[in-house]
Amino acid sequence: MLGTGVFSLNFRPTPAEAYLSGPGPSSMQRGQKIYEQTCLPCHQADAGGVPGMTPPLQKSSYVQGPAPKVIGIVLNGLNDGVEIDGESYSNPMPPFSTALKDQDIADVLTYVRSHFGNKASSISVTQVSQIRQRLNK
Amino acid sequence: MKKAFVYSLLFLAIIAGSSFKFLLPNSPKSLLKLPGGFQVHVIADSLGAARHIAVTSNGIVYVKLAKLKNGKGIIALRNLNGDGYKKTGFGNYIGTGIYVKDGWLYASSNSDIYRYRLDGNGEVIDTAHAEKIVTGLLDRHEHNSKSITLDNSGYLYVNVGAYSNACQLQDRAQGSPGMNPCPILDSAAGIWQFRTDKGGQTYADGVHYATGLRNVVGLDWNNDIDQLFVMQHGRDQLFQLDPGLYDAKQSAELPAETMYALHEGDNAGWPYVYYDPFQKKKIVSPEYGGDGKKTGGENAIDPIAAYPAHMAPDGLVFYTGKMFPERYRHGAFIAFHGSWNRAPEKQKGYFVVFQPFKDGKPNGSWEVFADNFAGSDDISSPGQALHRPCGLAQGPDGALYVSDDAKGTIYRITYDAR
Repeated sequence: MLGTGVFSLNFRPTPAEAYLSGPGPSSMQRGQKIYEQTCLPCHQADAGGVPGMTPPLQKSSYVQGPAPKVIGIVLNGLNDGVEIDGESYSNPMPPFSTALKDQDIADVLTYVRSHFGNKASSISVTQVSQIRQRLNK
Repeated sequence: MKKAFVYSLLFLAIIAGSSFKFLLPNSPKSLLKLPGGFQVHVIADSLGAARHIAVTSNGIVYVKLAKLKNGKGIIALRNLNGDGYKKTGFGNYIGTGIYVKDGWLYASSNSDIYRYRLDGNGEVIDTAHAEKIVTGLLDRHEHNSKSITLDNSGYLYVNVGAYSNACQLQDRAQGSPGMNPCPILDSAAGIWQFRTDKGGQTYADGVHYATGLRNVVGLDWNNDIDQLFVMQHGRDQLFQLDPGLYDAKQSAELPAETMYALHEGDNAGWPYVYYDPFQKKKIVSPEYGGDGKKTGGENAIDPIAAYPAHMAPDGLVFYTGKMFPERYRHGAFIAFHGSWNRAPEKQKGYFVVFQPFKDGKPNGSWEVFADNFAGSDDISSPGQALHRPCGLAQGPDGALYVSDDAKGTIYRITYDAR
């Protein structure tokens, strides 16, 4: 039985996801839901971003970068006219340290890092908690 | 397969010699759709982020780029011998604004405004030395385009967009309150007026002409009534920022994109109110105690016309030419860049609109004039749009020029009823 509740209807793990030993399908499902509710309005349904405004998350060097950096961006936001892969983006990303719990952040990052052409390691809730503690000091 | 079909359609149209209204620009997928009798020609492509455009009295087209192309930020396009447009570039700064008037070319970076003397042929005399006439306009990344237009009395008008969506303490963060009073309004979210002929002007030398305008990109001077008209980009993310008050569908349709006819001293109400096109009222923003119904902005002006939410009006030009049929004369063309903030609804608005005018006021409802820049009606993400209209300009013969800042295509639209 893969998944529970309504999301089992539209969740189809790819073979690669099913093979992953780290996050189970339920983490991936939760990550997808958080992506759709929280990230999609700006980063878009296809994670293509908004040219000149919001960076794409497709095959992204940022998304697939070191875990502490990516976790830090979700917790703290990004607000300095960022340039990524040669393109600059004007709109700020707000911090999500209040709106998202550590588990949410681990789930959504694991989802994004294994979708949209990204192939990076999953993120654990422990990693997120550690970064949050470090940033709070 | 689809390609072959389109090509055969075109071939049929050509051999039929009919007044076929779709002409091939540069890619079969993005055939512009125009009313009958209009033709479109692509005069340049692959310029990259082609923002606003200006045309001299002898037909030289100047294009301002938001990303340098081969190190150049302004491209000049000339079709002097009638054998096709040749291009040259100059200016090493990025930006949006460009305007030609009375022997000068004006161009803006995201913080400064420059001018260049033109010779009798509309050529910049010294491309290496621009005179900086305005400096130090705020550039904090978000909404940093500095669009410009000129009146007939020696003044230019420039927008300084709000570096914010709704003037929250933490921009675009759910639950963050609106700052009251909004500190952004002192140096942004408005229109400033400067002399066209004086070097090195700063905020202190200019006139804070209008306030409460979140972000204006399209603006033009209406010579019929000697008045400044601007197009405001309405706020984003009502649902994401206040899910208790708005649902995703409402958030996709609110607020309106708005046209204002400005007088000096006007206030259009941002961030305290937004314009709801269904209730036809200025509604208090949720960050300032609004509930979706409470009206506000008693001291703020009303828009003179309203358009669907989030379509991003980036270009405005009043048509004064004689090439197009009489009904277009004195009306406004508006280049909508197309939305990103309608998800999960489809994105829309990648088109040029015509707004009829009479006696300097909008007269009747707007209509889509040039469509299918995106190449499809099924766009869920703006990156999927093949082309996105941005700038507009009228040529000396009355042709309408449109720029696209997704790929850098420049279109020339003409009318010939035959």
